Amino acid sequence: MAETVLTNPGQSPARLEGWRGIAADWASDQRAFKNVSWGKAMMWIFLLSDTFIFSCFLLSYMTARMSTTVPWPNPSEVFALNIAGNHIPLILIAIMTFVLISSSGTMAMAVNFGYRRDRVRTAILMLVTAAFGATFVGMQAFEWTKLIMEGVRPWGNPWGAPQFGASFFMITGFHGTHVTIGVIFLIAIARKVFRGDFDVERRGFFTSRRGYYEIVEITGLYWHFVDLVWVFIFAFFYLW
Amino acid sequence: MTNATVHMEAQLHAPVHGAVATAAVHAKGQQHPIKLYLAVWGWLFVLSTCSYLVDYFGLHGYLRWSLILLFMILKAGLIVAVFMHMAWERLALAYAILLPPIAVLVFVSIMVLESEYTHFLRVLFFANPS
Repeated sequence: MAETVLTNPGQSPARLEGWRGIAADWASDQRAFKNVSWGKAMMWIFLLSDTFIFSCFLLSYMTARMSTTVPWPNPSEVFALNIAGNHIPLILIAIMTFVLISSSGTMAMAVNFGYRRDRVRTAILMLVTAAFGATFVGMQAFEWTKLIMEGVRPWGNPWGAPQFGASFFMITGFHGTHVTIGVIFLIAIARKVFRGDFDVERRGFFTSRRGYYEIVEITGLYWHFVDLVWVFIFAFFYLW
Repeated sequence: MTNATVHMEAQLHAPVHGAVATAAVHAKGQQHPIKLYLAVWGWLFVLSTCSYLVDYFGLHGYLRWSLILLFMILKAGLIVAVFMHMAWERLALAYAILLPPIAVLVFVSIMVLESEYTHFLRVLFFANPS
């Protein structure tokens, strides 16, 4: 067995593309993700598992809404606001959507500047992203307060099917938690970037491993996922 | 004997793969022109505005649902492909992450049947006679 290894000293064979590439990468008995670091691969796998969690929330909401005989409250009206005397439907949610998309854009730019090893710009863009995220959570707190004042509870509400409250608080609450964790994650990594940890390859406090600018991209993956989940919540819960 | 062989093999393999991975990652990273990110950013704003306008103009029925789904899928696709760089990853990773969610669609179809059945029973036995 050792001979087969030694005949191939350190040079990797040319990689196949397409379906044969998938089979070869997965069947190689070594590592499936050839050019992806463990950190990035594990973030993707975590995001996949998180996808299933949010899918289950949206599915239970779908089941509740499809099986109830009581009319579902109209989200367009529930989330409407009076701004300067005008009654605008769903306006708060629209603003929240734009805030989150803006944050996704600044995050993508942060990743870009990170790989250019532009320490200051990366840190600033990450902090701007965190600020957008905090704004989003603040608006969500406002939305929750408004609905609770109007009498929405997990077991009932003044407008229709009682499952509305349970679905709303579970789905948006879990998403808001993700945004909050993302903001903390962003601030922690932005601090490291600004301090120059990834330029001098300073060892991490917990892991004692050298950090690379790739962590900015991994943070970005998490952040974009939070935005991605909102795309689905916006479509299925607020617009449907 | 077998243990020793496996151990030796692992030692021989480790530096090779470590070097391949770190070299590939640190040489290039995911560098793409800023213009591309800005274009995608712009499109995300446009698509979000469109999906909001679906509600603002109060479209109904199949037109509403198909437009909501269309804008949702386009937005999700842009975020995953460009912002999360999935378009440039090797297919082994892309398929490992993007194929399993198809199971969710199977779950959706099961639950649609289930909730229609529940609804049917509720109408039949519990609905208020008013």
